[in-house]
Parts: sequence; structure tokens; C-alpha cells
Amino acid sequence: MTHVTLTINGEAHQAEVEPRLLLVHFIREVANLTGTHIGCDTTSCGACTVLINGTPAKSCTLLAVQVNGAEIQTVEGLEQNGQLHPIQQGFFEEHGLQCGFCTPGMMLVGKALLEQNPNPSEAEIRRAISGNLCRCTGYVNIVKAIDSAGKKMREPAATGAPTA
Amino acid sequence: MIPPPFQYYAPTSMSEALSLLQQHGAESKLMAGGQSLIPLMKLRLASPNHLIDLQKVPGLTTLEERDGALVIGAMVREATLEHSPLVRQRYPGIVEASEVVADPVVRNFATLGGNLAHADPANDHPAMMLALRAQMVAIGPRGQRRISVDDFLVDTFETSLAPDEVLVEIHVPQPAPHSGSAYVKFERKVGDYAVAAVAAQVTMNGDVCAQAGLALTNVGPRSLRAGAAQQFLIGKRLDDQTIREAARLAGDAAEPTSDLRGPAEYKRAVVRALTARALRKAAQRATGGAN
Repeated sequence: MTHVTLTINGEAHQAEVEPRLLLVHFIREVANLTGTHIGCDTTSCGACTVLINGTPAKSCTLLAVQVNGAEIQTVEGLEQNGQLHPIQQGFFEEHGLQCGFCTPGMMLVGKALLEQNPNPSEAEIRRAISGNLCRCTGYVNIVKAIDSAGKKMREPAATGAPTA
Repeated sequence: MIPPPFQYYAPTSMSEALSLLQQHGAESKLMAGGQSLIPLMKLRLASPNHLIDLQKVPGLTTLEERDGALVIGAMVREATLEHSPLVRQRYPGIVEASEVVADPVVRNFATLGGNLAHADPANDHPAMMLALRAQMVAIGPRGQRRISVDDFLVDTFETSLAPDEVLVEIHVPQPAPHSGSAYVKFERKVGDYAVAAVAAQVTMNGDVCAQAGLALTNVGPRSLRAGAAQQFLIGKRLDDQTIREAARLAGDAAEPTSDLRGPAEYKRAVVRALTARALRKAAQRATGGAN
């Protein structure tokens, strides 16, 4: 057993775990944050995507012990003080989801993209989400949602949405 | 899917990593980004008893030109290579190979050293490194040694690294003036392994090809150098006829097998088409100036 401490959405979670415990299982079963989904379990679909020190990663393909000490952000950490994050607003307003299974991963990839590139082209958005599969929407509205979130984040005063 | 149990180590120095390797030998496995190894462990295709994570070993993330070579530390991430202005400007073939490894999220953790040491003939970097005539630098208990990429790649999932050695750096010779490189991959969908892919490097002397590197991905038990095609190009103008003949020779060098990605003859035809595209792209870059 190994001692692992992860800061998830600003809160420290620690546990004695087997080294083989995957990060996604730590998040879902140790921290009880089930917004992070397990889809394919083979590094293909991206439903388990979380941000590790701000960088998107597939949490089904990392060991919890491998990222010991890291700051993790999951979908639960997007909303702040009852205010939806602009990326959540974007998915809500542009109908960026149907079943919602891929949505946590899509939103975190979108957020990371917008932080790095505040005004991405459609091609750049499509490229950023190319490791995340959606089986409902055909991606058109997901792309619109991320684009719309970008606009909100560039003009925070106009919408009153937080940019954090 | 959950990997079988193992002991985990995160050494903080190379000497510690080497002594762990010596202690556990064939029972152990080195891990770089883990993006190939962890899936294999989940499928029980790999079940090391001792997992040695290299992420805390210092000195493995160099990325600079030094002594006539681009020196890339084994733990440099694909995403870093993709976005490096130096690599983008001078080594476009490496960028093109990085950009088609799995998907952007995987590339945030996947490393060049892991891609090469894994020696999967479907991986994209080995062929590019063959075309660029890269040297691998390994450290072991007997010290450091350099291995040409041709000698490094032995067979499917097999390199010439000794069980107690660690791949630490990849040295890519700096391009001579009027050189260009390219990597062209044909894949069914984003993130898939190649149906086939071709890596090309050319150095031009006026309108004549002075040096050529050509190598093939996923059409054999290892990444293959298309030696006869390379040889054929030397001293020739890269006109349509020459490129067609080089493409034919590259197709002959392929050793494809029929599988879900297509019948062998189809893959050979893909190799011919991609060879022509990769050569044209590399030649264009070579004559375009900077590269």
C-alpha cells in the first residue's frame, strides 16, 4: 500500500491505496466524486478526462500514485459559489449535450483550451476535442458551446460570469 | 480493468533507478508517461512485478540543439515537441509524427522516449528517427553508450537496450542546409495506429538529392528503413519519374500483413502513395529555405 494525497477541486484527499489503483477510481471511489465517468476504459473515449495541474489527462490511464501531490480538477470543481463556469453556461445554452456522458471530459478539455488559447478557431476547437468521443450530438453543438464559452470568458463583464 | 498488483518505485536519481533495475531485472519495467504501458497492464499483456516510474529522475527533459544535434530527453512529452518553436522550425518531420500520436489528451503525458523504447512497429516516432538517422543514448551500470536507431529497433516490442539500461536521450543530427523532413500517416480515424505511414528526410544540392532517409511505419515486425529507395534517390533530380520509382521501391521494402486495417497489397499501395507525398513535402521544405 502507498500513501497518496491529491488535491481535488481545492480539497485534499488522502488514502492508503494499492499502487495499481487508477486515478479515475481514486476520484470516483476514494473521493466519491462520480462526475468523472468511465467510458471505454481503454484511453480512447476521454469521458474520464480531468485536469492535472491544469493539463487534461485521461484518468483511466494514470495511476493515482503517479500523480501523487497533484492538483486535480474535475467537473464538480467548475461551478463556483452557485455560478456556472462559462464553459458550463456554453454547453447549457448551445445544447452541447444530449445524454451527458462525455460532457465532463468535453468541458474540461474545452476549459483547458480556452485558458491557453482564449480565441480558438473552429479547427482548433475540433482538434482539442479530438481525443474525446461523443456518440449523441455529432460534435456541432459541442464546438459551438466551447466557442460560446470563449466569448463569455473574453468579455466577463458583459455576462457577469466568473472567469476563474 | 485494473492492472495486476506490482511494487511501485519513483526513484529521484538515475543511480537509484539503475540500482532498482539491477535488483529486479526482468521482473521490472520502466515507466515514462505510461500511456502505452498502463493500457498493456490493464489488458494483462504486461504484468511487471516492479514498476519503476522515471518521472522524478532529473535530467530527462532536455530539449536543445547541442554539438551538432537536437538533444531530446527521453521524458520530453509529445505535447512539448508539438509546440516547441525550435522543433517546429527545424524538425517539421518530428512535429508531424508527434501530432499524430494517439490524441491531444494522451500526448500531454506520452513521451518520446517511451514511444521509442516501447518499440511498437505501429508507433510513429521510430520511422521518423530512422529517416533522420537519430542516435539513442543509454545509461547502464557500465556507463553510457550511443546506439544508432537502426541497431536500437530489433523486433516487435524489442529494442537492443540491455535489461539494466535506461534510454536517456535521443540525438537527432542537425539538418544540413537545404534539408527537409516530413511524416505522412494514413489512419482510419483520429488516435488510431497507422494503416501505413512514411517518414522522409532529404538534403538537396541544387536540384539534385544529396542525401535521403526513408522509413515505414506499421508495415512490418518493426519500423523499416526503405534502403533501396533511399539509395535510388541519391544524385537524382526529384522529378515525378524519380519519385514514382522511389515509391515503388519503398512499397517493395514493406512487409505488411493483412488485418482489420486492410489487405497486405492495399497497404503496400498506401506505402507507395505516402512515399511520394512525404518525399514531395520534404523536398519542398528543403528547397524552401529555412528547413
